[in-house]
Amino acid sequence: MSVSAMFVALQGALTADQDIREEIRKVVQALEQTAREMLTLLQGVHQGPGFQDIPKKCQKAREHFSTVRTQMESLKTKFPADQYYRFHEHWRFVLQRLVFLAAFVVYLETETLVTREAVAEILGIEADRERGFHLDIEDYLSGVLTLASELARLAVNSVTAGDYSRPLRISTFINELDSGFRLLNLKNDSLRKRYDGLKYDVKKIEEVVYDLSIRGLNKEATGGAGGEK
Amino acid sequence: GAGGFRKRKHDNFPHGQRREEKENVNPSSPLMTSFKSFQLELDTRHDKYERLVKLSRDITIESKRTIFLLHRYISAPSGEEVLNESEVKLDAVRRKIKQVAQELIGEDMYQFHRAISPGLQEYIEAVSFQYFIKTRSLISIEEINKQLIFTAEDREETTNMTSNSQDKQPHTWSLRVTPVDYLLGVADLTGELMRLCISSVGNGDIDTPFELSQFLRQIYDGFTFIGNTGPYEVSKKLYTLKQSLAKVENACYTLKVRGSEIPKHMLADVFSAKTELIDQEEGLP
Repeated sequence: MSVSAMFVALQGALTADQDIREEIRKVVQALEQTAREMLTLLQGVHQGPGFQDIPKKCQKAREHFSTVRTQMESLKTKFPADQYYRFHEHWRFVLQRLVFLAAFVVYLETETLVTREAVAEILGIEADRERGFHLDIEDYLSGVLTLASELARLAVNSVTAGDYSRPLRISTFINELDSGFRLLNLKNDSLRKRYDGLKYDVKKIEEVVYDLSIRGLNKEATGGAGGEK
Repeated sequence: GAGGFRKRKHDNFPHGQRREEKENVNPSSPLMTSFKSFQLELDTRHDKYERLVKLSRDITIESKRTIFLLHRYISAPSGEEVLNESEVKLDAVRRKIKQVAQELIGEDMYQFHRAISPGLQEYIEAVSFQYFIKTRSLISIEEINKQLIFTAEDREETTNMTSNSQDKQPHTWSLRVTPVDYLLGVADLTGELMRLCISSVGNGDIDTPFELSQFLRQIYDGFTFIGNTGPYEVSKKLYTLKQSLAKVENACYTLKVRGSEIPKHMLADVFSAKTELIDQEEGLP
């Protein structure tokens, strides 16, 4: 084969690659749009009146996830199934954002940490690499770390709205999360950088709990859940 | 003063609290159990990555040595010997690549691509250099991939593989070089060809430079055809490629213009003076 024929073939491969990326980018843009709408919706819980409507807001957010599932379905068709990591960078950010949103909704509903399997189900993807388009573990963990900062903020705002018991429950939750993350041996990558921020969220919530307890406000709220300290 | 005091207070505050929490957290709660499995999963992934990085380094070193060896081809009394020796070395490199392929059985190659890419590029450079010396043409990506199909040699490998692999053919497995790795490897090859051009003049060989300049021009044309369809790294190499081509073209120019005037034994001196001049020019913006 002549040199120029080889380069023509290579160029063909590169163009095909670019077309795939273009298609992926389109779907990812739609996903980002849905994620933004959901985020705006859920931001409502930080405002005074929003606290009463939490179940209603979660309900609405859940409806958005069905849009996400159809968009994910379309994303899966845009590239060969065995080349997930080749194009991973394109949807990494939005996937982490969606994990956070799913985890936030589940937390608001049940006050527990969503499992990786449950997030995958909510988003309409697989938890396991073997079975197709899956949720990468690092993306899941990144989404969970975003949840931690959001909850630190929620703790502050619940106090402002007069809900003194929520920060205590958030504190227990975040502490458990922190212990969980301390089990991991993280490499010096982006996840590790995100994890380094977790201690500030923990500290923020501890300060809120401290402020409440020295004023006796925690006892008033819960009948002594964290009152023995 | 006051600020410092406050800082210290905040530093101390979480420490005491932390120790307390550790006892509060139930180590067998669902959350902790799932994080323990995450720990295992991440550690497995990182270990594999590290093993691949190490293999990639070994591949790089061995390929570099092969290239150095091949540069001796011109001056060696019997070129055949050098080529044979390079073949032995490349076989050793391929055995390392086989180990890489084994690590990647059942994995998504692109997940670990960054770990192995530098080694593969260096290998492509070495193998295409050898191919050029042998045949005076460019090795194709298919040819490279053909040499990276491995078969299981002993029983241990076979059993190891069938347990992990989802492959339809249980006795062979392969590593495919990506077009981008290939292009980057070929771009590096042009640097080696430029060196070959210089050293062949040193040996009084005045045909090789002309052959090389023609070959490099073909590759350069190929890269211009690709232009910016490729990723950023490819376009970055284009600049260095242009410089290598310019050096070779200037060498041919010098040989043509002055070759007839200068006695053959002095060609090398004239030539090295000329290349120094080019090097200096490069320093300018």
